[in-house]
Amino acid sequence: MQTEVMFAGFGGQGILASGKILAQAAMTQGFEVAWVPSYGPEMRGGTAYCLVVISDAPIGSPIVKRPQHLVAMNRPSMEKFAPMLKPKGTILINTTLIPVDAGRDDLDQVMVPATALSSALGNSKAANVVALGAFIARTGILAFETLIATVKAEFAQKEKLVDLNLNALEAGRASALDPCRGQSI
Amino acid sequence: MAKVLMKGNEAIAEAAVRAGCLNYFAYPITPQSEIGEYLARRLPEVGGMFLQAESEIAVVYMLYGAAGCGARAFTSSSSPGISLMSEGISYLVGAQLPAVFVNIMRGGPGLGGILPSQADYLQAVKGAGHGDCRMFVLAPASVQEAADMMADAFALAEKYRNPVMVLGDGLIGQMMEPVSFKAQKAVAMENKSAWATTGMSARDGNTPNLVKSLHLDPALLNQHNLDLKAKYERMAREEMRWEMYNAEGDYQVLLVSFGTMSRVCRTAVDMLKAKGVDVALLRPITLFPFPEEQIAMAAERSCCKAVLSVEMNMGQMVDDVKRSVGRQKPVSWYGKCGGEVPTPEEVAGVVEKTIADMDFT
Amino acid sequence: MARFFTRPQSLADRPTHYCPGCTHGVIHRLIGEVIDELNLQGDTVGVAPVGCAVLAYNYFNFDFQEAAHGRAPAVATGIKRVRPDLMVFTYQGDGDLASIGMGEIVHAASRGEKFTTIFVNNAVYGMTGGQMAPTTMPGQRTTTSPFGRDVDRVGMPIKVAELLAALPTPAYVTRQSVITPKYINRAKKAIHKAFQLQMRNACYSFVEIVSTCPTNWGMTPVEAIAWTENTLLAYYPLGDVKMPEVMEVTSAN
Repeated sequence: MQTEVMFAGFGGQGILASGKILAQAAMTQGFEVAWVPSYGPEMRGGTAYCLVVISDAPIGSPIVKRPQHLVAMNRPSMEKFAPMLKPKGTILINTTLIPVDAGRDDLDQVMVPATALSSALGNSKAANVVALGAFIARTGILAFETLIATVKAEFAQKEKLVDLNLNALEAGRASALDPCRGQSI
Repeated sequence: MAKVLMKGNEAIAEAAVRAGCLNYFAYPITPQSEIGEYLARRLPEVGGMFLQAESEIAVVYMLYGAAGCGARAFTSSSSPGISLMSEGISYLVGAQLPAVFVNIMRGGPGLGGILPSQADYLQAVKGAGHGDCRMFVLAPASVQEAADMMADAFALAEKYRNPVMVLGDGLIGQMMEPVSFKAQKAVAMENKSAWATTGMSARDGNTPNLVKSLHLDPALLNQHNLDLKAKYERMAREEMRWEMYNAEGDYQVLLVSFGTMSRVCRTAVDMLKAKGVDVALLRPITLFPFPEEQIAMAAERSCCKAVLSVEMNMGQMVDDVKRSVGRQKPVSWYGKCGGEVPTPEEVAGVVEKTIADMDFT
Repeated sequence: MARFFTRPQSLADRPTHYCPGCTHGVIHRLIGEVIDELNLQGDTVGVAPVGCAVLAYNYFNFDFQEAAHGRAPAVATGIKRVRPDLMVFTYQGDGDLASIGMGEIVHAASRGEKFTTIFVNNAVYGMTGGQMAPTTMPGQRTTTSPFGRDVDRVGMPIKVAELLAALPTPAYVTRQSVITPKYINRAKKAIHKAFQLQMRNACYSFVEIVSTCPTNWGMTPVEAIAWTENTLLAYYPLGDVKMPEVMEVTSAN
């Protein structure tokens, strides 16, 4: 089985970082993984995206035309990548910055105000981790505990950020599992 | 050792250090600058030497000077930077010095682009430098393989006293995959006292060592080239590497593809298999020496009706594939370049069209 | 019988290919003598250029590397960075150093690489047959400036010693000549000083030596010496251009 998750947003939204946390967590749980970034001048403030491929067998092509899932952190990236998703995939929409839905009724659309939830925690920069927590809670592609352990390890050098990011994961999970917010097909 | 999630560029850098290479010269260029950034921090930790040079031209001659002293050294760059090093690669070959080059290819020609490409195939395997000059070329298809190849590259460079290139692309450099570093003991360079400029007092006797490539006597230069040729032929006999995928059955088409592109092809082979279409993949792991015999044998199978060379360029390796297959089977090319990586669906589509276009009845 | 004049150990017992009246032989000998005096024969690596001195390694008796045209400073950097204990010098002509190799010499000097450059400036390309060099004098006829160097078209000759001395890092930059015994003695002292500074790990050192090329100048050796004295030295003044603060000056007078 192979799963692909694309993370997309503005440069500076921690797109590559949340993808890396997912890849790291998947590896910890014994999966084969590949993390494929966009790179170059577009990293400096423009659109950033990365693709995480997770599989129980060696990964062939790390280039995937139609990923299964998308974590969209801003509107241009949602509009660009949502049409590419495979049917029955999941799209996480950061509703703080994206006032519309994906316009597809064959996807599980998870509406999470990631940036607002992060700001409520005192730092809007953890929105990527809120979104990641919400995405994993909704899809269950990895054990949430693995994600928590990975975040702890990832921020071990920056102790101040551990609690913020653990709270961000939790806020994401709560939001995704709140039946009043999530909107599914 | 436990697996760590690493970018290809960083894994290459770490693997070089673990292979006992403590000397690195380079000039920044996308998409491989992380190699230098990693080593600028890492080498001082192990008593190594990192130097950012003023240009790739200076880099290659710094490498020459260091290698000429019998020091294990390497550099990394991307396509335009390798072009600038081309003259020096020829000098390294001529002077028979061991050195390792990593080329994380980007699109060309000219400034081209910064995204993954395999458009330096011909440069690496045929046109590394002026004169009858050949580099040993290894093509990794994963971060793990790129890391593993670094130790091999130094061993090969020193065994043959010839430059070795690890030819990756922007995807190999930028992608993160799990990698485990083999527990290995770095082996010291052998027999360097016979040729390296270590200072005469470091050796027995009173004979200076000269590192040079100038042979003004035509008979001597001819002999020098014959010696180099014999070395290349020995590489072909002893070091050829390739890999077959799905070649057990009665495949209708043989794909030949290297590096990142070969992984896309592997997925295409799986997709086609699910549809009942049998296709085999041959992945050259060494591009020079090139697995001609292996390709010829795989193409000779009566089930095989056509050969398709799939590359991230406008058709470079296909010439070598044609040479290997001869006229026995049709050989064609499919590819894209400039950062457009063909998808498995596209490759599968081309294979199906190839089959449909041939009337097997 | 006592011997007062012998071949330095560091020089090979082999006749050179240099033209009559060429000063490369004198400069080679000075290098050989200094290396013997400093007892560095077994710890020296020379770097040969492309130019008339391309075969310099045939005339010395210690390890040598041959560089590509202009790249000797990069090669020497590579050597010295992996073997800081060795005494390393580049031996370069004016086409090699001041034209194609200007980038490498400036950056090696600016990084303060701990090697020495012996820069043999004779204002012309020698080996390729007398073409105009960056150091060719205004009005000087060469095969590629048959009507004399036209400074309106190609600018004035480059004073390399002054150029390098303008960099903050290099500490010992000097210009010498070998056209008279007096100058030869001073040039030898400068080379001695440069190698000593290097072995003390003090600094990058640069010794320019204004030299002759009777063949490509179309002169007899005697005429060439006079032309060097009257024309070249008027534009390329001898003496130390830059000295480490602690050292005494190698006077040109």
